Amino acid sequence: MGLTRRDFLKNSIAASAALTVGMPVAKQAEAAVQASEAGWQWDKGVCRFCGTGCGIMIATQNGKIVATKGDPDAPVNRGLNCVKGYFNGKIMYGKDRLTQPLLRMTNGQFDKKGKFVPVSWDKAMEVMTAKFLETYRTMGPTGVALFGSGQWTVPEGYTALKFWKAGLRSNNIDPNARHCMASAVAGFMQTFGIDEPSGNYDDIEYTDTAVLWGANMAEMHPILWSRITNRRLTHKNMVVVNLSTYSNMSSDIADIEIVFRPSGDLAIQNFIAREIVKRNAVNWDFVNKHCVFATGPYDIGYGFRPKNADKFASADEMLAFKNEQVHVVDKYEAIAQRRQTGEAVKQANAATPAKDWAISFEDFKRAIEPYDIDFVVAVAKGDPDESDADFKAKLMKLADLYCDPKRKVVSYWTMGFNQHQRGTWVNEQAYMNHLLLGKQAQPGNGAFSLTGQPSACGTAREVGTFSHRLPADMVVDNPAHRHHAEEIWKLPAKTLNPQIGSHFTKIMRDLEDGSVKWAMVQVNNPWQNTANLNHWIKAARDMDNFIVCCDAYPTVSAKVADLVLPAAMIFEKWGFYGNAERRTQAWRQQVPPPGVAKGDLWIILEMAKRIRIKDVWGEQKVPGLKAEGFEDGKLPSVMAEAQVLGYKPEMTLYEALFATPATKKAFPWPDKPVAKGHANHIAETLRDGWFPEKAMFEEYRHFGTGHGHDLAPFDVYYRDDVRGLRWPVVQKDGKWTETRWRFNEEYDPYVKKGQGIHFYGNDGKAIVMGDLDKPGDGSKKVDLTGRAKIYFRPYASPVEQPDKEFNLWLCTGRVLEHWHSGSMTRRVPELYRAFPDAVCWINPKDAEARGLKRNDLVWVESRRGKVRVRIETGGRNRVPSGLVYVPWFDESVLINKATLDATCPISKQTDFKKCSVKVYKA
Amino acid sequence: MSDSVSRRDFMVKAAQGAALAATGGLLWAYLLRQEAKAQPYALRPPGALAEKDFEAACIKCGQCVNACPPDILKLAPAGGDLPIGTPYFTPRSGACIMCPDIPCLKACPTGALAPELKDINQARMGLAVIDIENCLSWKGLRCEICYRDCPIRGKAIRLETDPRGLSKHAMFRPIVNSDACTGCGICEHSCPTELAAIRILPRNLVQGRIGEHYKIGWQDTGKITEDFKPAASAPEPPKAPDGNAPGVDYLNQGGL
Amino acid sequence: MSGAGEFSRADALESVRKLRERGLGARLWSWRYLVLRRLSQFAILLLFFGSAHWAWQYPAKTPLLTGNLSASELMGTVPMADPFAVLQIFLTGHVLQQKVVLGAAVVMAFYLLVGGRVFCAWACPVNVVADAAGWLRARLPIQPMFHLSRNLRYFVLAATLILSALTGLAAFEWVSPVGMAQRGIIFGLGAGGMALAAIFLFDLLILKNGWCGHLCPLGGFWSLVGRTAQIRVRFDAQSCTHCGECAKVCPEPQVLNLKHLETTGYVNSGECSNCGRCTPLCPEGSLAFDLRPLIRAHNARKG
Repeated sequence: MGLTRRDFLKNSIAASAALTVGMPVAKQAEAAVQASEAGWQWDKGVCRFCGTGCGIMIATQNGKIVATKGDPDAPVNRGLNCVKGYFNGKIMYGKDRLTQPLLRMTNGQFDKKGKFVPVSWDKAMEVMTAKFLETYRTMGPTGVALFGSGQWTVPEGYTALKFWKAGLRSNNIDPNARHCMASAVAGFMQTFGIDEPSGNYDDIEYTDTAVLWGANMAEMHPILWSRITNRRLTHKNMVVVNLSTYSNMSSDIADIEIVFRPSGDLAIQNFIAREIVKRNAVNWDFVNKHCVFATGPYDIGYGFRPKNADKFASADEMLAFKNEQVHVVDKYEAIAQRRQTGEAVKQANAATPAKDWAISFEDFKRAIEPYDIDFVVAVAKGDPDESDADFKAKLMKLADLYCDPKRKVVSYWTMGFNQHQRGTWVNEQAYMNHLLLGKQAQPGNGAFSLTGQPSACGTAREVGTFSHRLPADMVVDNPAHRHHAEEIWKLPAKTLNPQIGSHFTKIMRDLEDGSVKWAMVQVNNPWQNTANLNHWIKAARDMDNFIVCCDAYPTVSAKVADLVLPAAMIFEKWGFYGNAERRTQAWRQQVPPPGVAKGDLWIILEMAKRIRIKDVWGEQKVPGLKAEGFEDGKLPSVMAEAQVLGYKPEMTLYEALFATPATKKAFPWPDKPVAKGHANHIAETLRDGWFPEKAMFEEYRHFGTGHGHDLAPFDVYYRDDVRGLRWPVVQKDGKWTETRWRFNEEYDPYVKKGQGIHFYGNDGKAIVMGDLDKPGDGSKKVDLTGRAKIYFRPYASPVEQPDKEFNLWLCTGRVLEHWHSGSMTRRVPELYRAFPDAVCWINPKDAEARGLKRNDLVWVESRRGKVRVRIETGGRNRVPSGLVYVPWFDESVLINKATLDATCPISKQTDFKKCSVKVYKA
Repeated sequence: MSDSVSRRDFMVKAAQGAALAATGGLLWAYLLRQEAKAQPYALRPPGALAEKDFEAACIKCGQCVNACPPDILKLAPAGGDLPIGTPYFTPRSGACIMCPDIPCLKACPTGALAPELKDINQARMGLAVIDIENCLSWKGLRCEICYRDCPIRGKAIRLETDPRGLSKHAMFRPIVNSDACTGCGICEHSCPTELAAIRILPRNLVQGRIGEHYKIGWQDTGKITEDFKPAASAPEPPKAPDGNAPGVDYLNQGGL
Repeated sequence: MSGAGEFSRADALESVRKLRERGLGARLWSWRYLVLRRLSQFAILLLFFGSAHWAWQYPAKTPLLTGNLSASELMGTVPMADPFAVLQIFLTGHVLQQKVVLGAAVVMAFYLLVGGRVFCAWACPVNVVADAAGWLRARLPIQPMFHLSRNLRYFVLAATLILSALTGLAAFEWVSPVGMAQRGIIFGLGAGGMALAAIFLFDLLILKNGWCGHLCPLGGFWSLVGRTAQIRVRFDAQSCTHCGECAKVCPEPQVLNLKHLETTGYVNSGECSNCGRCTPLCPEGSLAFDLRPLIRAHNARKG
């Protein structure tokens, strides 16, 4: 402690030297800092982590990032960062950064059971492509799969999507956004017919009420939370409500905290709707002009493996599966769904969960009638230690806030709604209340789904890297959409596969049952982030398959892979991210990747160079395919038409889809005005003289332009004065202008003057009229033009609930310090030290009842698996009695071994927030 | 050899021995004083007596060190900054994890770690002090790791939120509550700045005291006493004037 | 054979010759106590070290021997403590816990029985270094620099206790090279080696048996305790040829004052550490370990 003698001597020497030149020491130190920073070069960028999309500035020197700062000109964060963002400059420099391709080999040959050995890119590509073609030839497009990401850049996602769907004719491509945003997407599509929020972050500064439904914004959207807090502190009417299954940091600012029982949110939403109707708070002018009442089937299952579950599941696991096959109605569901307690309901609509039909307001009113305050308290009160009266009072206060016609309300949610066995429903319920009240699509009013990942919106959703999607909200099972895409992509008709591919969890199931034998992972850690992990780890290692993992660090997924490809990280390549408020932001390559690591875009393009048109565009079998104009189970050969279009059988997909002569001519590299001297390792190592990121972005723009998804040209985003633009971006008076509130004539160029509010996503569509229980015969249809749907969705109990043995709820989630699976943030020493290992938050009473003390090592065990973790009875989260919370960032605590792979049947998004476990001393 | 010679010899030797012992003893006592005040910055295990009493009572056996589950306690080596052989911890490299059963204290055989401490939350190992000039949260960034990692969150470190002037983002400023902070050091350990912007220091080095002669008006509960009792023993006036009247010296000293 | 008081030089020379000419087997056998002492010293440190660093446990979840020579606990039940350290802490005015007082009593009882300075020869790690310095000094032409009374340690002992009371700090524990050394070894602190090196050089170059035999107040303390020891070296005046070989190897040669021994029949000085150097060496078998009551009975029969 204190100064050592050496320090003292050094300082006195410095002081005397300073005196001789007549310069104060502080000034001299400042000058030294300035001198050392003189060589720094700054450029704009985007934070690597969450969906908030904070702007940052990056300083580089000698090919290394030397500093970052919050960008003071960025409207999202105005120069601030959270503590993850503070370490953007350090995530690339972990000691175990992967720099070379690694292949499992024995005696120089690939061997599934071999050890990883460094190999050249040529060798890696050769083995990978050979394995790919071997699988593709025998199994067709459904035998291969690509795990993508909401952390792909826009050009990466677009290139991968085009390669996969247009080139390989496979729809087995799905991003980790399936675990993150799929329910929000389904909610938007069903309600509005078009994806993504109508509002934006500026709502915060306009609203009077922020209601959080399963969104711990204080930790998961730290910078937005500082805006909400600021509003709370500076606007005297502002009220913040935090609804969650446990008490978290967002409650610090909240005026009302409502801790509800898992799935109780479904009942609370209907209670609010009932209050709105009961109090005559319905905005009839809005509802009559812009809305249609609707509902759908209740018996939609829980998204488990539909066939042969018993072949792969243990007897313990079958308990939940049986509950799916025939569900016995419990006392709450009996009231909520107007059924009898104990009634056995076959989940008849498990295969068609998304079907819906219009209903009358009278039917809607009848449906919400059972959700009175007493029922909702019984089904939704989450903290056994809270009195019914207190809980009731809070619910009433919440209803008051929504119903007050003078009060603006924004409802926010993230994973609490989306990772939900009824995720789509609960999303739609949020719109139900906002639409009933007419509080949607206006500044300060609206239901706003926050994204988790930096480009969940920009890449996963807008580009459409889901198994069912094409760019700009189009889907593969719509012939018109396929036709439109085939036109833009200059493909022969029927090249695109009309059968929806395997979603994220289903790819895992496919690997387990052998129906997928080749899979690639990009920007993502599926063997840590997928529920019920034990199955998938075993499948990856024991089945005859080939798994490629592209990553910057040795993750769990790399560990189970057969080939590991070293990936370039964010500032080692060019890219775009799209944040939760539709803001598309761009950055340039700042530093070269280490070793021979390469961007994911390069990996895709290099693979495309090794696959020829004749390999993939002939006739392909697709088991189960049934579509108009297609022979059952088959994709037709499109070789003949391809030749007419000028394609040759020997042509590679790289030449046919990406580096076409026209593209290369239109988008040459180097592109001096945009690059400003920055390198592009992908363009430079392809050595083809073109600029793939720009070419792909400009091609991608065609899809959205004129369809409500318009983006500005590539170069605009790189202008010094642009800090991202919120789409639709249209040219007005020669200026590229963003859209703040969609569907609102004042702001949205797609709404005609005089329309006021217009939900144009459903224009031209109609829906069958029916009653509460069934669709009608189709004779009566309701026109949806300009309208959004107000769905009635009932309460449904979670498929697995705590019982005598597994007597606690398990909820999983994140912590501020770590990003997702921790592969980057756990390699920043400071962040690791700040939150080194996962802990299990448990109520002190529950701990005591099990003879446990704080810091004790325990097993958290479900019917599927168990992990060893330390318990925490204090700290940042306070869980109610009966529930434990474990974050999933820690690969030494793979909590997803315990979670249940039940999904929302509509969105196919896994419910990571509720299953039952027991906790006992390890 | 005569008896007198041997006796004189003995006397001389005894005197020499006594002189040696006295000189040595003085030197030794000086060294002890130096060693004992070597560094007042030592952070002791939970329940440690006041520093001087602790130094007297610690037998330097290291049983607390052996009992510490996260292995953060160390015995001070010779020649270091801390009194030799005594247990201490350095939060930046390893903080106290606040075991509810306080095994280090239980292991102490002498009572240098006082067994009166039953609840680890009542431990007062030190006090967290924030360098507000270098704290990320005080600059407006969303860090607050110290607040979130604090095992008695909300009690020892609270967040004060304020609007942030021109910006639309609020400030979340961590502030330490000295009456709840245990000094476990988890905040210092996890502080993400290059040098920790929150540090644990011994309480006596950082805490001031208002003093008994003044009470904070809005905190003190004293009200007007309705039934005022005169002093039981009024000061007695001097019986006769004497020379020691206060102030007289000054008045007489002249020199104006 | 000669009686007490009259001995022949020839007998003594004969004894020395016997000693010089004994066979290899006999030589090795004469090191038995040395080997046992080293084993004992090593084992004690190892038990402490293993419990601290390798989590040696017995019974389950209980450290086998936690702490160090200052204070410790065996198998979670038997407390032990250095009575001298406890005495110093007591004098500082600190109110001691029962556990440490009990521990001091346990250790005290043990050494009262086996001989106080048994600690020095059989447990203290400094002894190994001091022995090594003594062994080397005997083989190097190093002349004594000065003479110092071995009673100095009692002055140091007294000073320790007085200073503890005056300064309110356990005076010896704060400077003890014994403490530094054993803590250094058990807890892996660097400075233990420095203390041992200092003692080695002091003993080697400055004063023979300087630390253990002259200065160490802990040794002084145990010398006082050792007066009641029940295990003692028996002396047989009949067979002794006064060859003096025993005194040459003894680190505390004053305890082998033959005149005194002839009257008592055994080494009764508390300063004897029962190290077992003299007994296997005596060519006539005049010195041997025995129990004090047996020796007394034996003497009484003879007397």
